[in-house]
Amino acid sequence: MVESKHWSSRLFVIVNYAVMTFLSLSCLIPLIHIFAISLSSSAAATGGLVILWPVNFTLESYAYVARRAAFWQAMFISVLRVFVGVGLNMLFCIVCAYPLSKEKSQFRMRTFYSWYFFLTMLVSGGLIPLYMVIRQTGLMGTFWALVIPGAVPVYNIILLLNFFRQTPKELEEAAIIDGASQWRIMWQIYVPTSTAALATVALLSTVYHWNEWFNGILYMKTPDQYPLQSYLRTIVIDMKLTNMGANDWQALALVSDKTVKCAQIFLASLPILVAYPFLQRYFVKGMVLGSVKG
Amino acid sequence: MQRTHLRPARLKAFRKELPFHLMLLPAVILVFIYMYVPLGGLIIAFQKFIPAKGLFGEQKWVGLDNFIYLYRLPGAISALRNTVIIAFYKIILHLIIPITVSILLSEIKSDPFRRTAQTLIYLPHFLSWIIMGGILIDILSPTDGIVNRFLGLFGVGPYFFLGSNDTFRFTIIFTDVWKEFGFNTIVYLAAITNIDPNQYEAATIDGANRFQRMIYVTLPNMRMIIVLMMVLSLGNVLNAGFDQVFNLYSKQVYETGDILDTFIYRIGLIDAQFGVATAMGMFKSVVSTLFISISYYCAYRFADYRIF
Repeated sequence: MVESKHWSSRLFVIVNYAVMTFLSLSCLIPLIHIFAISLSSSAAATGGLVILWPVNFTLESYAYVARRAAFWQAMFISVLRVFVGVGLNMLFCIVCAYPLSKEKSQFRMRTFYSWYFFLTMLVSGGLIPLYMVIRQTGLMGTFWALVIPGAVPVYNIILLLNFFRQTPKELEEAAIIDGASQWRIMWQIYVPTSTAALATVALLSTVYHWNEWFNGILYMKTPDQYPLQSYLRTIVIDMKLTNMGANDWQALALVSDKTVKCAQIFLASLPILVAYPFLQRYFVKGMVLGSVKG
Repeated sequence: MQRTHLRPARLKAFRKELPFHLMLLPAVILVFIYMYVPLGGLIIAFQKFIPAKGLFGEQKWVGLDNFIYLYRLPGAISALRNTVIIAFYKIILHLIIPITVSILLSEIKSDPFRRTAQTLIYLPHFLSWIIMGGILIDILSPTDGIVNRFLGLFGVGPYFFLGSNDTFRFTIIFTDVWKEFGFNTIVYLAAITNIDPNQYEAATIDGANRFQRMIYVTLPNMRMIIVLMMVLSLGNVLNAGFDQVFNLYSKQVYETGDILDTFIYRIGLIDAQFGVATAMGMFKSVVSTLFISISYYCAYRFADYRIF
């Protein structure tokens, strides 16, 4: 191209690369900074000497976190929540998306059910009424309060049903002739041919359950029932070091509040960072599927 | 006679559809309990509600007292004002910044560079506001935060970003845009990828330079998705971002940073004024529903957007 030699075009290219580099680094540097602090000595961290590289490298803060039972307890609840919560979400997602993906000629009540679910995206009773319902259905203070109320993921159902519709009709017609029931058609034809879409909704729901913190604070009675993000809130946001024994205070004198906080922030984001290559790929698909379909 | 004639056919159709009803039944029940019953629970807004007596129990009815009380409460009005201001700036910037970045990004010819940049700018979206809150509280600290130390090199500051009414709203808006701008470029980039390369070639032959191509080829081709995103973002007029504000605000900044959701939480669950909090929640629900419905309707009419 001729005009790319023009000075203004060259300037644009340089500025564009510079701006994009700056934006990209702005998303990365805070994380590196936190990681560097978590690996530094407490004196260097509180003295503000650490920028992007650990000063007086030590694993003391991680060793301290590793000894904290409360951290592992919260981690365990979070992992359990992800397994149970995502399992329930996927189950409901499939059994709802399948009938709703049918044509009206095949399933006459389809429109009614679709509106029944869709309306919940428009209206909401809000915080207090839901809180009371959870109280009165006996979920308060139990693990189930974290997974039951949100078990039916309406947005994911819509994503999946739009995907199910692209499954070739011939497969289903052949199965019906062979005498297969609707349950079998769902499990043995639709589910196996939709693995990409299922991976997308599974990841959406995994990230939701891993990152969700408010229900933990709202519905759990004591902090030892908190999932990791709710627990982390008490440490890094509330700055109340709850459930600390005398030994903990002694250890804190060695490792400093700041390095321990940063270590826990880093550990809580580690699963997301590890899963990130998958997350990026499937979330991009999900976003595009959800917003720019015809 | 006719009816007996029809019955077997109907029965057969019902039998054929029965599995579909059974598949939906558990979800219908759960959605009813945890989404529709709370809607009915909005009656709390008209009661002097005592939690021990239970939802739909024998409560004292107080008419519009809770709403009148709210109207006279200075904190409630300022929460509404803060919500609208913060949400307004977020809506605008969540459109402008991602659109600009996606156009700039698409102008980058080096594939590895562009992909690396995309990977990095999507990342903050996946971290919770607890993690982000922890990071921001640390890097924005007025005493030893890295941001203030950096500004100090130029003799500016220090600013108490999260603790001062002068800077809190700006910080909330700025950090939210920073967290989400990358992820929000996805839909625009998808639209840009779908543009027919012939259009660019034709424009080049007609003598259009790079800027003219961006303005006269790229932007018009993004028209549909931009309109759609604008319309859909209408539903957020009263969403200032509970997760973010709740984890970053403090008593010192209630004046500029308290929003409807944080206000409802404090009044309702900390002060246990269930009726008043629900009244506020009902106000928010009604306005939000109105705006979301309008936005979906417009998206359907003008951008041919169908959700299912």
